[in-house]
Amino acid sequence: MLDTLFTVFATFALLFALGAVLSPNAINAALCFLLCLVSVAGIFVLLEAYLLAVLLVLVYAGAVVALFLFIIMLLDLKQVSAWKFRGISALAGVVGAGLLVAGVLAVATRGQLDSLPAAMIPALGADLKAYAHALFTTYLLPVQVMGFLLLAAMLGVIVLSKKFIAQGEAPAASPALDSQPATQAAQK
Amino acid sequence: MIEFWLSLPPLLQATLKGLAVIAVIFPLAGAGSMAERKVSAWIQGRPGPNRAAIPWLVKIPFLGRALQRLGLFQLLADGLKFFFKEDPVPGHVNKFYFFLAPAVALIPALTTVVAVPFGAWLDGDTVVPIGLANVDLGLLAIFAVSSLGVYALILAGWASNSKYPFLGGVRASAQFISYELSMTISVLPVFLWVNSPGMRGSLSLARVVEFQSLPGFWGGAWFIFTMPVCALIFLIALFAETNRQPFDMPESEADLVGGFHTEYGAFKWAIFFVAEYAHMIVGSGIFTLLFLGGWNPLPWVSLADFSALIGIAGNPLVVGVVSIVIFLLKVLFLIFFFMWVRWTVPRFRYDQVMVLGWQKLLPLSIANLFFYLVVIALLQERL
Repeated sequence: MLDTLFTVFATFALLFALGAVLSPNAINAALCFLLCLVSVAGIFVLLEAYLLAVLLVLVYAGAVVALFLFIIMLLDLKQVSAWKFRGISALAGVVGAGLLVAGVLAVATRGQLDSLPAAMIPALGADLKAYAHALFTTYLLPVQVMGFLLLAAMLGVIVLSKKFIAQGEAPAASPALDSQPATQAAQK
Repeated sequence: MIEFWLSLPPLLQATLKGLAVIAVIFPLAGAGSMAERKVSAWIQGRPGPNRAAIPWLVKIPFLGRALQRLGLFQLLADGLKFFFKEDPVPGHVNKFYFFLAPAVALIPALTTVVAVPFGAWLDGDTVVPIGLANVDLGLLAIFAVSSLGVYALILAGWASNSKYPFLGGVRASAQFISYELSMTISVLPVFLWVNSPGMRGSLSLARVVEFQSLPGFWGGAWFIFTMPVCALIFLIALFAETNRQPFDMPESEADLVGGFHTEYGAFKWAIFFVAEYAHMIVGSGIFTLLFLGGWNPLPWVSLADFSALIGIAGNPLVVGVVSIVIFLLKVLFLIFFFMWVRWTVPRFRYDQVMVLGWQKLLPLSIANLFFYLVVIALLQERL
């Protein structure tokens, strides 16, 4: 039963992940991403990590993808034109993909994942108290670093979206209108 | 009878319980639409719907006339109308998402009921909650599932492929996220209070009710008295999340025709309608459990005291029914309150909704959380 469910959820997760990457329609892609997240939440439930499943649905499926859709609809993207890699962006892409592969390999080969006793994994993800305790003791540094990264991203969004006016020029009316959704996205 | 029930296979038990809950929620949601028309009529000094009648039923002396005056037959007529009306699908819509959206609206609204305990019975001295499932993550699970409801509005707005529904969909996505934050933060003090240090953490709603039925002055006080600001923020956010006036930006018929459901008609439109009322019923239920003492009849009078007082404590079935009735009465009052507000307060402008959400409600809820953090840390040991 569990194996069948795992196969179903895993297949859905992979199919919808592919759909999210390959779909030319931005709304379709976002909805595929949503269904992919829900499938992954299903896998978490099979692992008895109920808290992780609920948090994934609440934060990512419930809020983040809704924001994606909000931005897509606000910009009214009908078809996404293929992005051309050149120069610095190609380099950044290669470096990013390399880091991702290295990270996954590091976790898979000598990370902590397999050194934890199997009985402990659901306990951390299932129980609110155990999860919070781990977050504020064992994993305090990663949490702080992630928070700092998010802060940097938020400031970056504000800097990018707000049109700074040179002294002496009349203030334009548009920045407030433009920056509002973007800052909301960042606040989330 | 209880032995017979326990002898049934668990899957059949769960199915029967689920069907029983649906059998209550669906008519309630339907009756909600009728009640809305009657309440709006009373508030505006009109008689409201009072003509529709079934020819031979109305002949019953006194009762038939009373039902006609109450507009109960109108409910039936409306329901039949939605079934038999032509269901037009405009040519310019994205058919797949257009048909999907009403289902997406109804499924989360009905799924959340699973985690809502709606009554209790007494097993000796212990109070056992009645519900479809006693989920340890209670409220978090409900928030997670109900947050998926927004996709119905977004999908309907986008799939309709015309301007007004589209604007409705965009507004829905922004509004829901803005108020979800305040809503989540506003209930944290309640759970801080319920989960005292050293205990196993739980977000179960039944536990919250248990804490509102303790003996003593502070134990018996409902959380609406001890945490009025939390209750207010939660209620305002609930109005926004259930898409009710004065926050019904996504459909706002004055400036958007019908908002996200402009292109919908007949049965598909009715499903949106039922989903909105189901959402309202579940939301009122959660507010009742969190702040209005759940199935306890009065503040400082717990269900156990009450059933001992009127002498039904020995009969678990009667206690269960009484507790469910008490809970439903509170929920119905809250639904009446929803309608009362709708026909009293004018709709906000869209920018006012955003300013209220981000600049007033969110800072207020964060300040409120910090206030209760300090108060609970200082006081909890002594009370």
